[in-house]
Amino acid sequence: MNIASLTIEQVQAGLAARQFSAVELAKSALEFAQAENPKTNAYLHFCPERALAAAERVDQKLAAGENAGPLAGVPLAVKDVIVTKGVRTTCGSRLLERYVPPYDATAVVRLEQAGAVILGKTNCDEFAMGSSNENSAFGPVRNPVALDRVPGGSSGGSAAAVAQGTAVVALGSDTGGSVRQPASFCGVVGVTPTYGRVSRYGLVAFASSLDHIGPFGRTVRDAALLLETMAGRDECDSTSAFAPVPSYTAQLDGTVAGLRLGLPREYFEGLASESGDRIHQAVELLKNLGCEVREISLPATQYAVPCYYIIATAEASSNLARYDGVRYTTRANSTRANEDTLSGMYRATRGEGFGAECKRRIMLGTYVLSHGYYDAYYLKAQKVRTLIAEDFHKAFAEVDAIVAPVSPFPAFKIGEKLDDPMEMYLSDIYTITGDLAGIPCMSVPCGKTSEGLPVGMQILAKHFDEAGMFRLADAFEKAGGFAGSN
Amino acid sequence: MKITEPEVRYVAGLANLKLTDSEITRLAKDMDDILTHMDALSELDTSAVEPMAQVLYQSEETATLREDQPVPPLGNEIALANAPLAGAGYYKVPKVIER
Repeated sequence: MNIASLTIEQVQAGLAARQFSAVELAKSALEFAQAENPKTNAYLHFCPERALAAAERVDQKLAAGENAGPLAGVPLAVKDVIVTKGVRTTCGSRLLERYVPPYDATAVVRLEQAGAVILGKTNCDEFAMGSSNENSAFGPVRNPVALDRVPGGSSGGSAAAVAQGTAVVALGSDTGGSVRQPASFCGVVGVTPTYGRVSRYGLVAFASSLDHIGPFGRTVRDAALLLETMAGRDECDSTSAFAPVPSYTAQLDGTVAGLRLGLPREYFEGLASESGDRIHQAVELLKNLGCEVREISLPATQYAVPCYYIIATAEASSNLARYDGVRYTTRANSTRANEDTLSGMYRATRGEGFGAECKRRIMLGTYVLSHGYYDAYYLKAQKVRTLIAEDFHKAFAEVDAIVAPVSPFPAFKIGEKLDDPMEMYLSDIYTITGDLAGIPCMSVPCGKTSEGLPVGMQILAKHFDEAGMFRLADAFEKAGGFAGSN
Repeated sequence: MKITEPEVRYVAGLANLKLTDSEITRLAKDMDDILTHMDALSELDTSAVEPMAQVLYQSEETATLREDQPVPPLGNEIALANAPLAGAGYYKVPKVIER
C-alpha cells in the first residue's frame, strides 16, 4: 500500500480484502501526514483522537458485517474554515487561534456518517481571503510540486495535502476560485458545486451569496463521490437546494461524443502562453473524444473582477463584524486609555487581530456600502452580476458545457505578488464568474509547463448539472492519463 | 484621487478598526487603486437590469418555511465556552454606561 497515492476505491478494496483495518490505515496516514507536513505546512493541526474513533467505528461495522459507508476509512483533510466540534477551527486567523466550535458543519457530519476519517484541519488564507495562501496568520503553504512556490488559495492547504498524498481527499471552500485555483496549481481535481448544492451550515461565512464548500481529490471519481455524499438539502441552511442529488459516480464512464462545448474568447486574452498551450491541447483531446467545440462570447467577463470585489467585500465587511472581542476567544490585551470603553475594545481587538488582507477587504466593503456610495458600487455590482449570469444562461442554450483556463498563469513564487493587491485580484478573472453565476465548475489537471508546473482546465456547466460536468472531466482525465498526475 | 487619508480614517471608524498611521497610508493607496478599477462598471448601462438578489430561482417562495418547533438549546455553559471573558452566565465587556 502506498499511502501517498491511494484512491477511495483502493481504500475500499484494501478494507474488503483485510489488507489493513481502518484503524491501521488511520494510524499510518496520520504518521505519514505528520512526518511530511513540515515540508509544506499544509495542515495547521491534526485530530488523531477523532480520526481513530472514526476508524474504530468503521472497523466495528465491518466486523459485524454491516455496510460501513461509501467513504469507509478514507483519510480526509478539512479546510480550517469549516467547523469541527471539539477540534480547533482557526480560519487561518490570530483572532480564532483558540476557537473550539461547539458543533460540526453539516458537510462534516455527512462525510463522517459515510465512514470518512478526518485527519486534521488545513491551512488557508485568513478567512479564505486570498489567492496564494500567503495571508494565513500561521505561515504560507508551500506547493508540494515546487516548494518555493505558492499552492494557490485560499484552500491552499487542502490542495497541497491531496497533492502531497497526506490526505486521500479534502474539503475546501470556494467564494471566487478558492478551490479550483489551488487545485490547478497543485495538479489535483477541485470542484465548486452549484450554489446551494452543499449546505453552508458550519462554513465560517466570508461572502454568503458566493460561498461554497467543495471537494478535492486526486481523481475525478473521488471528488464526485465526496460531493454526492455531502450534497443535498439541509434544514440548517435555508439557501441549500431542495433538488434531489443523483449519483454522480454512477453516471461516469459514459460517452461524451456529440457534447457541444463552448470556448469563451474572453478567457483567452491575457493568458500565459504555456498555460494557453496546455488548454488548446486539452481542447484537441476533447475533439478526439467526439466533442463538438465552438467559440462563444461571454461579454460581461471584463466587468467580473470589479463586480466580484464589490459584492464579496461588502458581504465580508458585514460577516466579519462579529469578531469584536466579545464572543470569539480573542480580545485585545491593550489597556491603554480610550480602549477601556466598549467601542475602544472592539477597535483594538479588530485592529490587532485581523491581518492586512482582511483589513483591506473590510475597509473596501464598508466603503462601498457606506452612505452616498451604495448605489454607485453595491447596487451597480448586483446589476452587473445579473448580466454575468445572463451571459452564461444564453451560452448554455447553445452549448452543454464551457471549457476554459482556471488561472492566467501557473503557481508563482512565494512573495512574488504580495505587493500589489490589485494584480492578485485580477488573477481571479477566470474563476470568479462561476461563483457570481452560481453554476457548477471544476478544475481538472491537463498537463504541465516546461518547468513541471501543473496546469488545470476548467469546466463550467449549467445549474445542477454536476453529473454532466463530472462525466466530461472523467472522460478527459482517462483519455489524457491525468489521474494522479501531480 | 478616489479616496483620501481622512476618508480612510472615517471608514475605519465605521468598520471598528483601529489602524496605525502607516496602515492608513498604505490603505489609502491600495483602496484608491482598487476603487479606480471598480469604476469600470460605470461604463455599463444597467438602467434596464434588475439587481441580482439570489442566483437560484427554482424553489417556491414558501419552500423554506416550516412549523416552529422547540429544540433543546446549546446551553449557557457551552455558548459561553469561547468567550474571552465571561461571568455569572454572561459575556463581560467594558462598562458602557457611566455611573
